[in-house]
Amino acid sequence: MNPPMSPSPVISFERVSKVYDGARTLDNITLAVGAGEFLAIVGASGAGKSTLLRLINRLADPSEGVVRVEGEDVRTLDPIALRRRVGYVFQNIGLFPHMTVAENIAITPRLIGWDAGKRAARVDELIDLVRLDRARHRDRLPHQLSGGERQRVGVARALAARPRIVLMDEPFGALDPITRDALGRDVRGLHDRLGLTTVMITHDALEAVLLADRIVVMRAGKAIADGPPRALFAADADPYVRELMQTPRRQAERLHALIAGQGA
Amino acid sequence: MSGGLDARLADALARLPDYLGGHVRVSMTALALGIALSIPLALVSIRRPAFRAIVLALSSVVQTIPGLALLALFYPLLLGLAALSAQAFGVSFSAFGFLPAVLALALYSLLPVLRNAVTGLTGIDPAINEAALGVGMTRRQALWMVELPLALPVVMAGIRTAAVWVIGTATLSTPIGQTSLGNYIFAGLQTQNWVFVLFGCVAAALLALAVDQLLALIERGLGTRRRGKIAAGMLGLVLIIVGALAPGWSAPRARYVVGAKTFAEQYILAALLEQRLGAAGLSATRREGLGSSVILDALAGNEVDVYVDYTGTIWANDLHRNDSKPRAEVTAEVARWLEEKRGITLLGDLGFENAYALAMSRKRAQSLGVRSIADLARVAPQLTIAGDYEFFSRPEWAAIRDAYGLSFRAQRTMQPEFMYPAAASGDVDVISAYTSEGRIAQYDLVVLEDSKHVIPPYDAVILIAPRNADDHALIDALRPLVGAIDVDLMRAANLRATGGAGDRSPDAVARWLAEQIGRRREKR
Repeated sequence: MNPPMSPSPVISFERVSKVYDGARTLDNITLAVGAGEFLAIVGASGAGKSTLLRLINRLADPSEGVVRVEGEDVRTLDPIALRRRVGYVFQNIGLFPHMTVAENIAITPRLIGWDAGKRAARVDELIDLVRLDRARHRDRLPHQLSGGERQRVGVARALAARPRIVLMDEPFGALDPITRDALGRDVRGLHDRLGLTTVMITHDALEAVLLADRIVVMRAGKAIADGPPRALFAADADPYVRELMQTPRRQAERLHALIAGQGA
Repeated sequence: MSGGLDARLADALARLPDYLGGHVRVSMTALALGIALSIPLALVSIRRPAFRAIVLALSSVVQTIPGLALLALFYPLLLGLAALSAQAFGVSFSAFGFLPAVLALALYSLLPVLRNAVTGLTGIDPAINEAALGVGMTRRQALWMVELPLALPVVMAGIRTAAVWVIGTATLSTPIGQTSLGNYIFAGLQTQNWVFVLFGCVAAALLALAVDQLLALIERGLGTRRRGKIAAGMLGLVLIIVGALAPGWSAPRARYVVGAKTFAEQYILAALLEQRLGAAGLSATRREGLGSSVILDALAGNEVDVYVDYTGTIWANDLHRNDSKPRAEVTAEVARWLEEKRGITLLGDLGFENAYALAMSRKRAQSLGVRSIADLARVAPQLTIAGDYEFFSRPEWAAIRDAYGLSFRAQRTMQPEFMYPAAASGDVDVISAYTSEGRIAQYDLVVLEDSKHVIPPYDAVILIAPRNADDHALIDALRPLVGAIDVDLMRAANLRATGGAGDRSPDAVARWLAEQIGRRREKR
């Protein structure tokens, strides 16, 4: 069940629980994310995925247990400084509607105190990196962009201050399938190229299988499975996990059959 | 008519710099104060729902108080505060004019700005707030970089509403001594100068419209991030403020302030006093349309140097007397009281009375066989009486009612100008009238005899502020008016001002009055 871990995890949860209004949103989670790993957390809504992510950059604090980032207990860290060194891609994209693309991307560098020249150069670099067009997009306001363009800006903003860790909360949830696929592959490419450690939340098992190195399945606040995508297809898995992984497999088989011309 | 119209328009235009300057000064200060108060209140209340509910409820309550009442309430409040402060710290301030008007109007502007600021700040998408924290902003940075800029258009809309309200309501600050465009309206209503009334309304509306549009320009500029629009809007506002206030900076300040209450006779007498002072080489300006309770305090506080009041008014309101005595005794007692309690000099009486009286149309009085108030008591249960705004709450009315046992079928309160025609047309049967009123003759009314002498005498008297008690230049200039105007002359002057032909501005009537006084003196 537990894959080999790298010697010093970048992010670790040690017996972490979170209680909201008497309900256990997270129940005794122990989990470690190694350097350079792309981890996907999969589960239905309400399973505790977002809470888990928010504990990493202290948008929430655990009721029990310890969360460590690069070895340090996050409760000993200044939450503001912590958030500035962890990239975050928000579920609802969360671009600031009154700021241009360039201003949105440069926000964390600005908070850290980079000078204007350095920020401008970084903005140009990131616009290229997320495959937007400097001339067309740089000075646009968010509402003038398509959904896919907007989330590309969201990704660029998360990467702006050169974080080593990137957290993504259902980053492609609101996008059409083609945009979703293209952006997903681009994000995975950036992860590899920049040597990031990425934790991505998704409710889409197929997306998790195709992008992640490792998948954690969550249900009712518990991590019920943890392993590389291939391992989750194993026959001895938890019934819920089997059910979850069954769907992409069935889809793939039907698709395969369809293309092979045998009909369904 | 056209000549009269031109003259009245020219008169209105000549007063514009003074009135507009006062209006802009008071309304812009109030608006700035209102914004300065409501934005911090909104910021404090966004994360405190209970506090927010209380603040919003209180400012809503303020909004339900009619503007005139709110302004009037601030005057005694500040008067009390000034007295307290004088006692406690030895520092007093003026409760007259600017300060109460600014405070009342600022309070009035609170609700729209506050409510919009709260709506704007609490209405921000929670995802945006979370993103602000997620990218590493402190609470303060989130407020300044995200929440306030996003709430700004809504806040600006509130500021626009407040600006229009404040500019409109500022016209009501005239009776508490703040010069404003309301001076046109109050003076015009009293002297039936509809050109003035319209001029004041239109000027206030144009000012409100201009400020609203400039704020709208700034709002659009903020929304679309166009610095040009913001700058143009700001420049426009600055131009209005500077343009309205500049004439006041360059104009030489007059040495004396002549006060006037809110009715035609007072406007004429104030003009007469000002002209006399001018003829003696003493520069003077007028503060008109002052509330009856405000003006005596203003005189005692040296805010006004001189004005004409009526002995009976002070007898009843300030000496709290409800008995009646012969004219000379009342004047002497009032003079002594003013001197001792308020340091005010009663220079002398003008020679006529403007007493309260009950009047009826001659025809109606004859058909009912009514000559005196005693006769009236018999038929009163079938009749309707109309009085001005203060009459029915005055001790004189209580005294008349009780002495003669009057009980009317109905009792109505009316603007004085409309009472006389209403009595003439039979809409009402009896009205409260003033004995020096020109329209008594014009509408063929009769004044009912007060055979029991219940109503105290109302001699018109010149009152002089404490600081001018030994000002011989002022006193010598005004002394010739003592005893110079009898009731017939004042009635004729009042009739000219309200119903007569030709130029009926208070200044013109005052010049006519001075001419008549001169002629009579030569005859003697």
